[in-house]
Amino acid sequence: MSQETLQTITWLIPAGPLLAFFLIALFTHRNRTLSWMIAWTGVIAALILGWTVAGYTSVQFFGEPEKVLEHPVQIAGSIDWIPVGSCIVEDTGNCESWIDAGVAVDGLTSVMLIMVTFTVFMIFVYSVGYHNYGKPRGSHPGVPNHGKEDPLFSRFFAYMSLFAFGMLLLVTSDNLLFLFIGWEIMGFCSYSLIGFWYARKYHLGPDDIPHIPPYLAAKKAFMVTRIADVVMLLGIVFFYRTFGTLNFSEALSAHSLEAGVAQIGVAAIGIMVLLLFTGTVGKSAQWPLHVWLPDAMEGPTPVSAVIHAAAMVSAGIYMLLRIFPLIAVAIEGNPGVGWIIGGIGAFTALMAATIAISQNDVKGVLAYSTISQLGFMVATIGIGGYIAAAFHLITHGFFKALLFLASGSVIHGMEHGAMHVHDHHTDPQDMRYMGGLRKKMPITFWTFLIGGLALSGFPFVTAGFWSKDEIFAEAFTLMQEGNLTALFVLVMLVLAAFLTAFYTGRQITMTFLGKPRSPLAEHAHESNKFMTIPLVLLAVFAVSAGWWGIPDNFAGTEGIFRNYFHAFVGSSIEETIAELYKAGLVAHKLVPLPWNWTPLILSLVVALGGLFLGWWIYGRKPLPAGFTDPIQRPLGPLYNFFQNKWYWDELYHTVFYRPTVWIAEELMVFIDKGIIDGILHLIARIVYVIGHYAKRFEEIVISDGVDWLKDKTLTFANWTRQLQTGNVQEYAAVSSLIAAVFAFSIVLLINYGWLEKIQLWFQQIF
Amino acid sequence: MIPLTWYLLVAALLFFIGLYGVFARRNAVAILMGVELMLNAVNINLIAFWRYGTVVNPLAPPPSGWAWAIFVLAVAAAEAAVGLALIISVYRRRDATVAEDLDLLQQ
Repeated sequence: MSQETLQTITWLIPAGPLLAFFLIALFTHRNRTLSWMIAWTGVIAALILGWTVAGYTSVQFFGEPEKVLEHPVQIAGSIDWIPVGSCIVEDTGNCESWIDAGVAVDGLTSVMLIMVTFTVFMIFVYSVGYHNYGKPRGSHPGVPNHGKEDPLFSRFFAYMSLFAFGMLLLVTSDNLLFLFIGWEIMGFCSYSLIGFWYARKYHLGPDDIPHIPPYLAAKKAFMVTRIADVVMLLGIVFFYRTFGTLNFSEALSAHSLEAGVAQIGVAAIGIMVLLLFTGTVGKSAQWPLHVWLPDAMEGPTPVSAVIHAAAMVSAGIYMLLRIFPLIAVAIEGNPGVGWIIGGIGAFTALMAATIAISQNDVKGVLAYSTISQLGFMVATIGIGGYIAAAFHLITHGFFKALLFLASGSVIHGMEHGAMHVHDHHTDPQDMRYMGGLRKKMPITFWTFLIGGLALSGFPFVTAGFWSKDEIFAEAFTLMQEGNLTALFVLVMLVLAAFLTAFYTGRQITMTFLGKPRSPLAEHAHESNKFMTIPLVLLAVFAVSAGWWGIPDNFAGTEGIFRNYFHAFVGSSIEETIAELYKAGLVAHKLVPLPWNWTPLILSLVVALGGLFLGWWIYGRKPLPAGFTDPIQRPLGPLYNFFQNKWYWDELYHTVFYRPTVWIAEELMVFIDKGIIDGILHLIARIVYVIGHYAKRFEEIVISDGVDWLKDKTLTFANWTRQLQTGNVQEYAAVSSLIAAVFAFSIVLLINYGWLEKIQLWFQQIF
Repeated sequence: MIPLTWYLLVAALLFFIGLYGVFARRNAVAILMGVELMLNAVNINLIAFWRYGTVVNPLAPPPSGWAWAIFVLAVAAAEAAVGLALIISVYRRRDATVAEDLDLLQQ
């Protein structure tokens, strides 16, 4: 294929979902069948185009690797977009008078395109079933569908299409600004989709799982990520000011980076990285801005899958991977940056894992598991593990989408049970009331099991094992070289991985094994084909996506496996890193890791040990209905601490929310009531005093003579009063009529030369 | 290349759609939307005249018209925020968003 064709194809990848959004929103929102078909068409188009592009780049790479290593961006095209006058920075050689809009495809973009388009399409397929297509219509917009068709069906697909557009724009973009635009589009879509059931209200009992209603969850997600995005925008401006361009391959070439370091120093580069990293902290839900993600579970389950697996949270990690050469330089120059990124990631991974072991909401466990897994990736980037992080990002996208969709299927089955027994008090998402669903929902069980095993890193088969093993190997190798950050990260991540396996074992046991613990679970049944087929397809990828990243030298078996993933994704920055290594700006080249048994054994022990412990505690003997958690007693007060999510929400409420409200109230009293009303009252007082003396003057000096004037004025006022209708539109009409007459007369004046005549006339007089 | 007139025609059309919305819609939110359309019509004019105007260096045109459009966008965003806040506040007090019902000035 010619370069032009490929460019056009790449430009068109995000176009399908965008077009679908507009078509549904403007024309077909009344027809549900047409709406979902259009949404499918848009995303299928993106899938075909994306896989074509990815196929082309990988064929090129495995055909002529040397050529691709030299020019990693295989497809690139851009147009002038924003004029910026003269160039800002000349030192780096990137002197531009335009900010470009463009696309670029390299190894990393290709694997992201494969993952994102496929999972998003699976989620679209699933959504048709989840929103109960073909059932009688529901009658309450804004509340969940109770076995009826969702009244906001078309709106759902419109927003989901826009979401897919945002993510594809972000992935294909060749510059930081377009990445940021896609980022913000997803921010808006997550707001509208988390708050999708905007009319839902909760009446919670003391024993129920605490929830906040969707409209508050949506606001929370939007506000928290907005805080991070403002900081990230500062980082983008700093980036542009330093490198003179926002294009990744231009700004992050070895030459440009060296010039940047020479110009502003490596410490300033560190600050730039931290500013950009703050964006990831918000978007990928890292501590301290992780609080929005668990509440985002209030959206419909396909939304959870698209936000927490395929698109939104992946975007934060993807951004870090995109700017990785910059991060590598910053970490090498200032160890503090490595400690901050690696430390936040590792701390988040462990913290979220401890919370996940005590959650009873089937989606809540997965939410904290997502935060924890994203912590794995961030920590890996913090110690410089580019490929390990990218690999885990891809495999996590597949298996976490699978887990969310499977849990949605469980909730669907439980809701069916609730309808059947007319029980509307029991929470269908509460795992304490599940159990024994293995027999009722076999497809959901097997796919959930595969996803859960992948999440916990079940050895040798699942995708999660290979990516987690790579992370451990990366950290272990660096630790052997005496890198303390890597030691910290390794210890934290091994603990987190153990807890991951434990809560996965707990979740699978509580949900599917044993006997049903409530009438809901007894009457649950398997979901429809729309929902089960995507589960099966995603399960295939949750297993096989790991096989293309098996280390070359796995267990000393040279030559049997080939690490395609390492070679292909590494090609995006391998040359750049090598040049930076020569210049002494980074510590390591991107080379395959040396083989060591220790990380493998660690990984085996924590995965199998955690899964077994989870089963042993919860599944050994059947738990009664309404049981107290068996780990509650041994953990003691820690259990409450974990179950209440480390009290972050309460802390933020006290530290940020209450003072803000207090300041606003005080300001209202001071400025509005004090100053503004004070001035008004003063004016009133002055006028009153004047009026008082005027009245005295009138009474004494003028008497009846004014009455005539008064009568006439009143008549006139009554007449003009009719003009004041109080209708704002009539005022608008009158004022625009006057403006039109005015504009028209000016045109006439100029057109017929009357203006000059008037001027001449004035000159003659004066 | 597309002639300048076409852009101006589109802008004029958009402006009058917006104007019609301001006059004919009863809902205050829809009136606000009409205002936004009119502002964007102005933006199209600004950008079109900037693009077709005489510039010394066509490869690096001065960002004047474009910057002006950005200002209009920013002001429009602020105006929409204030306008919507007013409408919500009025709705809470008087339970109405229909512009005809909001005739306090008359009394």
